[in-house]
Amino acid sequence: MVERVLRAPGQYWMLVQMWIRSTLAYPASFVMMVISAMLITGTDFVAILLMFSHLDVFGGFSLGEMALLYATSSMTLGFADLFTGSIERVGRRIREGTLDAYLIRPVPAFVQTAADEFRLDRIGRPLQALLVMILAFTRLDVDWTVAKGIMLVVSVVAGSVIFTAVFVLGAAFQFIAIDSAELANSFTYGGSTLTQYPLTVFGKEIVRAVTFVVPLAFVNYYPVLFVLDKPAPLGLPSWIGLLSPAVAVLMVALAALAWRAGLRRYRSTGS
Amino acid sequence: MSVIELSDVSRAFTVRSREGFRRTKREVRAVDGLSFTVEPGEVVGYIGPNGAGKSTTIKMLTGILVPSGGTIRVAGVDPSRNRVQLAKRIGVVFGQRTTLWWDLPLKDSFAVLQKMYGVPPARHRANLATFVELLDLGDLLDVPVRQLSLGQRMRGDIAAALLHDPDIVYLDEPTIGLDVISKARLREFLAQINADRKTTVILTTHDLDDIEALCTRVMVIDHGRQIFDGTLPTLRASQQAPRTLVVDLATSLPPLQVPGATVTKVTGPRQHLTFPPTTSAAPLVAHIAATYPLVDLTVAEPTIESIITQLYTPPEAD
Repeated sequence: MVERVLRAPGQYWMLVQMWIRSTLAYPASFVMMVISAMLITGTDFVAILLMFSHLDVFGGFSLGEMALLYATSSMTLGFADLFTGSIERVGRRIREGTLDAYLIRPVPAFVQTAADEFRLDRIGRPLQALLVMILAFTRLDVDWTVAKGIMLVVSVVAGSVIFTAVFVLGAAFQFIAIDSAELANSFTYGGSTLTQYPLTVFGKEIVRAVTFVVPLAFVNYYPVLFVLDKPAPLGLPSWIGLLSPAVAVLMVALAALAWRAGLRRYRSTGS
Repeated sequence: MSVIELSDVSRAFTVRSREGFRRTKREVRAVDGLSFTVEPGEVVGYIGPNGAGKSTTIKMLTGILVPSGGTIRVAGVDPSRNRVQLAKRIGVVFGQRTTLWWDLPLKDSFAVLQKMYGVPPARHRANLATFVELLDLGDLLDVPVRQLSLGQRMRGDIAAALLHDPDIVYLDEPTIGLDVISKARLREFLAQINADRKTTVILTTHDLDDIEALCTRVMVIDHGRQIFDGTLPTLRASQQAPRTLVVDLATSLPPLQVPGATVTKVTGPRQHLTFPPTTSAAPLVAHIAATYPLVDLTVAEPTIESIITQLYTPPEAD
């Protein structure tokens, strides 16, 4: 089991390389795809800029602070989408019976599904998020410490992992309800929209839901609050953002269990 | 030692259906108490009508499906528990769908499989060279799989299933939809691989010519149960299938009246008559020659199709 997990990244990279090579066979097309991905995903930030042409503060956040919140949200979703976004196609594979092809190979079905038709042009979103993050740093007046810097990097990793886990949970659910890809999207892409804004503007119920039910608040909101020295809502301690790696581990465990259960169900019901 | 062992294997599916507002659950046994063993190097034809349980059996043997009862051992391990480990020792071809990467050229698919299965590069090159020659894949290597014709794709799929030198190959309807020439080429290739490498082959098919050309052993399954297991000659001998007399007359006539035989087909001056295997053809021929303007005649032995059709639907007891 441990051995299988350790081998997985190498196997994943092997499959991904193949798709990267085939994508880069048409470099001009690839560059166009990346640029268009940056522009399309960047429209969300344009909306925020427009909003701030009328407001100075939104939900207690200045434009620079909003930019940091937006950038961390977009970057974490972008990484999750880049590395595991393809997994949502599992529903189609179940329906068409092509998942069988993955089950006869000496590489775990999860690795094959996650690497399925890997699209390097999805790197457009994290790139765009990086630009916004740089913009945020120029406008922010943060009292930077080493702890805060590490916190920011760790939280981007943890946040990406949380989004990844949500992708996998959505995919696992498709073993039960085959056409539920859209439902899963409402949590991932929909959740991403939520995490672009200070959560308090959505009301306490939403804040509770994304803290305790689907812990998307740990993706970026709580870590950013910590970096910006802002108090946490619901009377939660301000260091709650430090818990995001722990939440990520928990979500991964949950997603792994769900995936295994889904696959077991498939293998015992057939196609 | 047997390479495949099945002992009392069953596989049930729950079928949910809805009638008005009432939902009913029904259990269907796709495979029911199946037991057999296969020795290394055997080529087994696994045949049966649609829905007999052929594909279900193959899926259980590969570990994709977990059996609901009984035990399976393939290459000494339980396939459903050791699926990923077993994968290196088996090759699978699903005739109806490809296991290759749709958008990638054939040679890229092969390159990925080499890495996936950890085939030593020298061995991979040698195998690839052999398959490219035998299956005539040379011109297809740079073509994306989606642009291949069915026959070309099937050749690619078969090469892909054999690149890692599997001990066992499962071919689920490999000749489905292929033209006569492609079928013949595939059969030749499989026969050669089996002869050269002692690869065990399990083949499901609806094309009995596949069986005639390749298989040393035939297993017939119907309603999830095995109804025959033996050689092709034994299968022929075991069934009392009717024989056919084809007579060519000088002119077109209405169906002949011959005691002990019945006319099944009339095409112009040619008429087909069937008669039970217990009857001798000689008196029939004598009768026809004496009564009608006979030009020529042949006696046809029962086809394997007619024998197997009889197996599927045993004659009802009076």
